[in-house]
Amino acid sequence: MRIDIDVNGHRHSVDVDPSQTLLEVLRDELGLTGTKYGCGEGRCGACTVLVGAHAVASCTIPAQSAAGPPITTIEGLERDGRLHPVQQAFLDEQAFQCAYCTPGMVMASVALLRANAQPSREDIAHALETNVCRCGTYPRIAAAVRRAAAAGGGETPR
Amino acid sequence: MKPAARSEGASRREFLKMLGGGLLVVLVSRDALASPALGARLTEGPAPGRPQMPENVSAWLHIDQNGDVTVFTGKVEFGQGIRTSLAQEVAEELRVPMSSIRLVMGDTLLTPFDMGTFGSRSTPQMGTQLRKVAATARERLVALAAERWHVDAGRLTTADGRVTDPQTHKSARYGDLTAGRTITADVKDDVALTPAAHWTIAGTSAPRVGARDLVTGRHQYTSDMRVPDMLYAKILRPESIGATLAPLDSSAAESMPGVAVTRDGDFVGVTAPSPVVAAKALGALRATWTPAPGPSPSSRDIYDYLRRTPAPEAGPGHEGGPTEPFERGNAAGALASARHRLTQSYTVAYIAHVPLEPRAALAQYAHGRDGDRLTVWTGTQRPFAVRDQVAQAVGMPNDRVRVIVPDTGSGYGGKHTGEAAVEAARLAKRLGKPVKLVWTREEEFRWAYFRPAGVIDVDAGVDADGAITAWTFDNYNSGPAAIRPPYPIANQRVTFHPSVSPLRQGSYRALAATANHFARESHVSELAHMVDMDPVAFRLKNIDDPRLHDVVQKAADTFGWPGTNHQPGHGIGVACGFEKGGYVATCAEVSVDRGSGDVRIVRAVTAFDCGAIVNPDGLRNQISGALVQGVGGALFEAIDFDHGVIRNAHLADYRVPRFSDAPAIDVVLVDRPDEPSMGAGEAPIMALAPAVAAAIFEATGVRLRSLPMAPSGIKLAAASGAGSS
Repeated sequence: MRIDIDVNGHRHSVDVDPSQTLLEVLRDELGLTGTKYGCGEGRCGACTVLVGAHAVASCTIPAQSAAGPPITTIEGLERDGRLHPVQQAFLDEQAFQCAYCTPGMVMASVALLRANAQPSREDIAHALETNVCRCGTYPRIAAAVRRAAAAGGGETPR
Repeated sequence: MKPAARSEGASRREFLKMLGGGLLVVLVSRDALASPALGARLTEGPAPGRPQMPENVSAWLHIDQNGDVTVFTGKVEFGQGIRTSLAQEVAEELRVPMSSIRLVMGDTLLTPFDMGTFGSRSTPQMGTQLRKVAATARERLVALAAERWHVDAGRLTTADGRVTDPQTHKSARYGDLTAGRTITADVKDDVALTPAAHWTIAGTSAPRVGARDLVTGRHQYTSDMRVPDMLYAKILRPESIGATLAPLDSSAAESMPGVAVTRDGDFVGVTAPSPVVAAKALGALRATWTPAPGPSPSSRDIYDYLRRTPAPEAGPGHEGGPTEPFERGNAAGALASARHRLTQSYTVAYIAHVPLEPRAALAQYAHGRDGDRLTVWTGTQRPFAVRDQVAQAVGMPNDRVRVIVPDTGSGYGGKHTGEAAVEAARLAKRLGKPVKLVWTREEEFRWAYFRPAGVIDVDAGVDADGAITAWTFDNYNSGPAAIRPPYPIANQRVTFHPSVSPLRQGSYRALAATANHFARESHVSELAHMVDMDPVAFRLKNIDDPRLHDVVQKAADTFGWPGTNHQPGHGIGVACGFEKGGYVATCAEVSVDRGSGDVRIVRAVTAFDCGAIVNPDGLRNQISGALVQGVGGALFEAIDFDHGVIRNAHLADYRVPRFSDAPAIDVVLVDRPDEPSMGAGEAPIMALAPAVAAAIFEATGVRLRSLPMAPSGIKLAAASGAGSS
């Protein structure tokens, strides 16, 4: 079936299979490979995108149900070549090793800061609990979120 | 870079031509790790006007006429940061800014042969080799300037990519010094290197090269790559380990548009123009499997099985240590006469690496006038071994196969092999089209390999003053890495016993050093307790290596050991060790919930000494990351299996450390500018588990002697301090 999805401010008309997830449509149909596959069961957060204001695991969302609300992926965060404050904070804190989790971590952090501009340590851990960094850079990621919060990272992406 | 652009038809010779004029510096290694046979095969003969590449080259570097430096190394970047730290070392010796350096890594066509990126060897070996290459290049450039200006080379200086004569104020850019010519130089082993005390680029916290692409999602991992006309593959997996395929009905799958089913013995792959169709085609295969014959131990009886099922020799996962027994003095006699004696057994479970990027490969087969070529992009720690593996699987000569490793989504020792590469390559060659294969998380859990499970028996004697006098240590299957104690015990017998493993096993970060440290250091803490000594003081008394002494003292000082007024339910522990050139000590504090038995590692302080530090921030990141990863193996990670089936092959069932599991971490870096720089990817993980075990004992009186220690908390009701292994 054909659906219209709004990704990073662009409308796309895509032919999707009922079995296809939003993650598969983003990566395989739209070529937006910044969003990663990690587990396929919503347990690692590598595929996190924003649907509206909410961080969701795109591997668990049937593509058909993603028609309508604006979707933001990691590719949609930069403005005129400038990094989003959360991306900049990850860079400043060097909050990654292999960085395969980074896009999902960034998106989950963006959603957190939009909902809670000054999160506590517990708020950060809670919001990112479903995002796995197997390299174990959680302390740096937490520092990046705090840095982004201090820099006004709660800015609305779109 | 578009994958197809540089692979098709590129040969080493053409590549050198493409590099153009400039300075080429080549390191011929006498290092045992560079195989002469393979090195020779890499050489495709002399390019016009260029010398033939020597055999067993281990690194090379090119400076072009713009002064841009390209470094070639067979090492790969998996998140450990060597693309950055190696560039720092080159920049340091060459006196150029980091921004003018590009590393070509892990490409079997372009980079010199390399055994692989493992064993914490990149910094001590490749780093040193590249420093020599860069220093040679700088010497050669200075000589060129001296010739041009008719002055003594000794008075010339180098900085920022230029040679300068301070007396005449003449100055030339590196690129200009070679203009129009191709100059080559071999590295002499005795080339003078810049002492770490004088480093200005190495030794600093240079940010990761290419980091912007990591935070924007632009970096292309293997699993992100696409080429035109690419097919997507899925592989049919057996129902259980070792099962053989009986009948296969693939008719339904083959009737799907664009689907091809490739069968070669028990290997069955489906390909389709889209992942969604490939998945459906896989689901439409009707296969019957015959389970493997023979005994099938489960995770419940694995330790007995490993004890009583010896293997004739060590296998994968048993690297990194002596497989022959080690004896000193008379261990049996000293044990019999010891003032205090302690005998215990420890176990460690199979665990999975769970690299967040699962195995993936893109294979492109081309048949041209000059024969056929196969290019495979894949995330492996051993590109050259995987090239050979692929070549053998598809029946092509090694030099017709090229393996390229894009910077990869982690490995931790879990990607030494090329399963996905071989599978994609077989399909690509059969179909004559590019084929991409990305393993699912479930496949990664079921069909990759595990850290070996093992049993370790320790018997030790200690005298009334707290000196360890006797030590026997028998490790069944876990592995021989760091099997010998770092304490100078007069009477020792240390033996590794490989076992037949029902599960496929292999390397894991730090290999068996984690298991051996867990057993050894748990035992040492218990010995200290027997003689009523503080565990830090007990270790300091038994250590004779000043660097080990130092890290223990520094970790304890920073931790505030032993402190006073511990909260109820809290406990502290310490452990230390030495492996692969790294000295580590960790102090940990845990809290145990009296009601639920939940264990939390509240904080961890690790002091680490790996010689002269190349990148302090990168090193901190590695140490801190190792500690967080170590939390999983210490407390809750374990593979659950039965009858050849992995029962927890999902992240919902296999628990990995998450945000709330990470303790507050303090890293103490002990810089030793006078000592060689060693690797840091592994040793920092070793001391956490035994420190946590000791802390749990202090908090609860329970000695836990099995890894993981508390997969579902601690049963405090059953605890009496008598042990619960």
